[in-house]
Amino acid sequence: MHYHKPQTFEDAIKIAATAQGVTRFLAGGTDVLVQLRAGTVTPDTLIDLKLIPGVRDIVRNADGGWTIGIAVSGAELGRHAALVADWRGVVEGMNLVGSTQVQGRATLAGNLCNGSPAADSVPGLVAAGATVSVVGPNGTRQMAVEDIPASPGRTHLQPGEIVSAIHLPPRGAHGGDAYLRFIPRTEMDIAVVGCAISLTLEGDKIATARVALGAVAPKVILVAEAAAALIGTTLDDSALSALQAAATAAAQPITDRRGTVEFRKDVTAVLAARTARIAYARAKGEAK
Amino acid sequence: MAKDERSTEFRLIGTRPNRPDGLDKVTGRARYGADMTLPGMLFAAVVRSPHAHARILKIDASAALALDGVKAVVTRADFPTGLTGEDWNLQENSMAGDVALYDGHAVAAVAATSRLLAEDAAKLIKVDYEVLPHVIDVDDAIRPDAPVVRVGAADHSVPAGSPPNVVKCIDFGHGDIEAGFAAADLVREQSYKTEATHQGYIEPHACVAQLGADGKGEMWVCTQGQWYIRRMCAAVLGIDASGLRVTPSEIGGGFGGKTIIFMEPLALALSRKAGGRPVKLVMSRSDVLRATGPTASASMDVKLGMTKDGKLTAAKVNFRMQGGAFLGASPVGEALSCALACYDIPAVQHDGVEVLANRPKAAAYRAPGSPMAAFAVESLLDEMCHELGLDPLDVRLKNAVREGVKASYGPTYAKIGLVEVLEATKAHPNLLAKLGPNQGRGIASGFWFNHGGETSVSLAIGEDGTVTVSAGTPDVGGSRASLALMVAETLGIEYEAVRVNIVETGALGVNEPSHGSRATFATGKAAVEAARQAIGEMCRRAAKEWGIEEEAVVWKDGAAMPAGPNAGQFPPMTIAEIGAKMGGNGGPISGHHETNAEGVGASFGAHVVDVEVDPETGRTTILRYLVVQDAGRAIHPAYVEGQYQGGAVQGIGWALNEEYVYGANGRLQNAVFLDYRIPVASDLPMIDTVIVEVPNPGHPYGVRGVGETGITPPLPAIANAVAMATGARIRSLPLSPPKVLAAIKAKGRG
Amino acid sequence: MSKIHVSAVVNGDPVDFLADPRESLLDCLRDQLGLTGSKEGCGTGDCGACSVTVDGVLVCSCLVLGVEAEGKAIGTVEGISDGGTLHPLQRKFIEHAALQCGFCTPGILVAAKALLDQNASPTETEVRYWLAGNLCRCTGYDKIVRAVMDAASEMREAV
Repeated sequence: MHYHKPQTFEDAIKIAATAQGVTRFLAGGTDVLVQLRAGTVTPDTLIDLKLIPGVRDIVRNADGGWTIGIAVSGAELGRHAALVADWRGVVEGMNLVGSTQVQGRATLAGNLCNGSPAADSVPGLVAAGATVSVVGPNGTRQMAVEDIPASPGRTHLQPGEIVSAIHLPPRGAHGGDAYLRFIPRTEMDIAVVGCAISLTLEGDKIATARVALGAVAPKVILVAEAAAALIGTTLDDSALSALQAAATAAAQPITDRRGTVEFRKDVTAVLAARTARIAYARAKGEAK
Repeated sequence: MAKDERSTEFRLIGTRPNRPDGLDKVTGRARYGADMTLPGMLFAAVVRSPHAHARILKIDASAALALDGVKAVVTRADFPTGLTGEDWNLQENSMAGDVALYDGHAVAAVAATSRLLAEDAAKLIKVDYEVLPHVIDVDDAIRPDAPVVRVGAADHSVPAGSPPNVVKCIDFGHGDIEAGFAAADLVREQSYKTEATHQGYIEPHACVAQLGADGKGEMWVCTQGQWYIRRMCAAVLGIDASGLRVTPSEIGGGFGGKTIIFMEPLALALSRKAGGRPVKLVMSRSDVLRATGPTASASMDVKLGMTKDGKLTAAKVNFRMQGGAFLGASPVGEALSCALACYDIPAVQHDGVEVLANRPKAAAYRAPGSPMAAFAVESLLDEMCHELGLDPLDVRLKNAVREGVKASYGPTYAKIGLVEVLEATKAHPNLLAKLGPNQGRGIASGFWFNHGGETSVSLAIGEDGTVTVSAGTPDVGGSRASLALMVAETLGIEYEAVRVNIVETGALGVNEPSHGSRATFATGKAAVEAARQAIGEMCRRAAKEWGIEEEAVVWKDGAAMPAGPNAGQFPPMTIAEIGAKMGGNGGPISGHHETNAEGVGASFGAHVVDVEVDPETGRTTILRYLVVQDAGRAIHPAYVEGQYQGGAVQGIGWALNEEYVYGANGRLQNAVFLDYRIPVASDLPMIDTVIVEVPNPGHPYGVRGVGETGITPPLPAIANAVAMATGARIRSLPLSPPKVLAAIKAKGRG
Repeated sequence: MSKIHVSAVVNGDPVDFLADPRESLLDCLRDQLGLTGSKEGCGTGDCGACSVTVDGVLVCSCLVLGVEAEGKAIGTVEGISDGGTLHPLQRKFIEHAALQCGFCTPGILVAAKALLDQNASPTETEVRYWLAGNLCRCTGYDKIVRAVMDAASEMREAV
């Protein structure tokens, strides 16, 4: 395995362009090293992106949104009070990945690019309307986070393309987001169901909403019908029921060692309602 | 008598000094199986079958051997033939012969100059398989039309015409079972199922092995029983037992899973083939889960008869168990024997079969068989108590076995403490805690026989009067501290003046492993005898120097002294003084004791657990947990508490989340800790413990083994608590959220 | 396949070693530097027995490559005590019998020290969640949590 430490994204792209065999990019390494040790993915070329300037930075943009470097760890995200104040749901999703030790290394970009449908940080990013900058041999482009995952373990990135930054839009006033997942223990499990909701209020009424579900489809899904069930309501019981029905209808889970189809559908409904209540309370400034 | 204050009967027994291995363990100095390095050491990797059942047609290692730095490849062809019985089982399990019998079964091994090179070489070994039909589940394996795991494996107990995978049949009982059920006011019969689990020790199996062409070798290995390992490796490799010295490292957990061999013969065979160079073999976590010794899985029927005021009149149990692809690996006999052991029932009938399946060879896991049996019997008992409106603890007290009662499995009980345990449980404040919505409380009793077994201990007096004890049972739970306490108590010296070493096979006669909860009991008993022997010799030296009769000298407070004023006016001769002089007046002073330890005392326990179940997701949270158990005498109470707490938490994992999940292709799907889910710190509350002491007359200090009983009550106690919290009774483990939610929904529908 | 020369600081001492790029930091600590206190329990970042700190951050050393340690300051269990003086955590673990087999103990000590370095008064719940990535199979965690809380208490009084 050839290990490289490029000092710029351009150098990283060049190395990837000429590499033979399997190429992997390394940020936190909490997926790459597991796959290397298990023998499921043995890269021929490993490109460590952590020495590129800016990859460890969290920057507030002029418009109030955020640009997050691809080597920022979950622990660092969790300690950034202003980011947490704006996008609590995004950060709490990332902070659920693995253990305290994994949090010391794991990154949003890695969690996204590993392509697991159960990734804990992705529903929150999708609900937030996050985008990523992608650099590659053909230049730079912006992509919505929900357009990155393709299927389990695969993304829509072209060979040699690298996610170079994550962008969150401005939170704006009266907004709140939340992420909940179901796991059988209290920590250390892959999500059996994940749900993220981001919404804004006008008075008591929900003005905008985005609902994203994880671990119940081949990739994270943005459920427009679930959002529609919330918009214009005060999150009364009939809105919650409509939300639950829309979320459950959109879920296409499988039965595997972590849960059955029936269970995942039931829990999708439960989490959708619980997540909506938390996001609503945060948007009102009530919940901590 | 509950142990809530320090016993004043003894000076040291019952105190809580620091354990002697503590300093090394908190500084990282302690050396475990993978922490040994020797000059010239090679590294091994193992090629394992990806098929649950397959004929091995051809193994081609030429590409691997062609790599620079690859020193040897072994297959079954490098092992002797002609073994029979359990020796053959062990050899076949270590390395497949003609057929791979389970996913993960070793088929070849390679040694190279680095770990990465060995792993790369292993990938180049080409194995041609012919995949055969496989069977996994115990209820599938017992069918007459099931794929046959191995022809001709059954023993003499199996009647002709039995299904092909049934290899052992057991039945025993006593009393008039028909009359017993006829005398009952309530008779209930239910079926229960448990899945296989793994001991889950955090340290994977690891060894450094060296074997020469002359049949002499050494091995450093994490093991619970270095003599068992020696004997088994010698048989499997065709060498003399005395030619192999096995040194036990510190062990990172065993719980029964490290009492037999798995990969050790491979390391030895590689070393022999590589010209006697030492070979280090460390198993990966997924290989540990796939290819060491999980528990059996069980399918069980229980029928109980009870009068309306809670007296059991008859009991019938029928267990089917699979322990993998090898006869004798399942604990079906022990499970049957434990099933009704807590209760005085006039008529009992036990039937069981062992069934082969394409799964790894099961090994012991902390009271093997007892937890599954308790899950079934204690669940049904609880159901019947609730149906009759009776208090579950009172019913257990009403039926509890006592001294002099004939046990369900045959012998008559000597002094035991179940009644004391149940009474202490009833009196505990946890039972007064108020329960809220979706919360439930469950209780259950548990039992383990404990074991004596072959024991050999040696004790030597040092020139300065400090004492060295050579013991043979690896320290899994703090037994070095307990042994030192018992020896120091016996000799009347300070705890710090006794050093206990766990020695290699060349240094003592045979010792059985640290299994059966026997270390503090059997090694302790032998150590006390060895100390008494040394005391006798030290008194003789004093008598000789004083010119008085041996009988006129007694040992007190660490010194020899005249028995009375008539014996003579001599000041006490301390152990230090005797040690200083011994070279000149007779030579080294030591004591030793070899025995097959008898006088074992069973340990009974009762657990109480409060749970809350989320009615929308089926997730169970443990709110409160109490372990009450009879230790006989707690030599070191902190280590007894540790056994109670550790066993309870393993049981919690087994009840809620742990199970072996196989795919349709017979491959293990959850061979990593991510998906083989053991309890984590945030899952649990503090585990409350009460040590009851009903001393065992068979041990000089009253010790009963405590390590195993604790894993037995959690399975039914939690099932009972979940049933109370949800109103839904679940009769299979684990009580995973999908299963619990489905049960809640089914109950809601009618 | 050529190895890469790595220079780092481990427990305050400058070290160099040669790392195959595929070797983890755990492999390098144990096999190249002879620091066998950090253990491999799983190789997948699920058990925490390999816990170390890298530039003060608690990580699983099985999830860091040896080559990534270039220029970093690594802290292992061997560096917790100060010469012959045990850290309060180490003393409390022995006093509370918070270890049985001891295999998880190095990782738990490194993790607990990282907690107390940033939070001098953790609650029981905070201790349990911080240590959720450190598996113990012997103790049931009860005495471990008590030892950590007691060490924290002693360290607060000493300040």
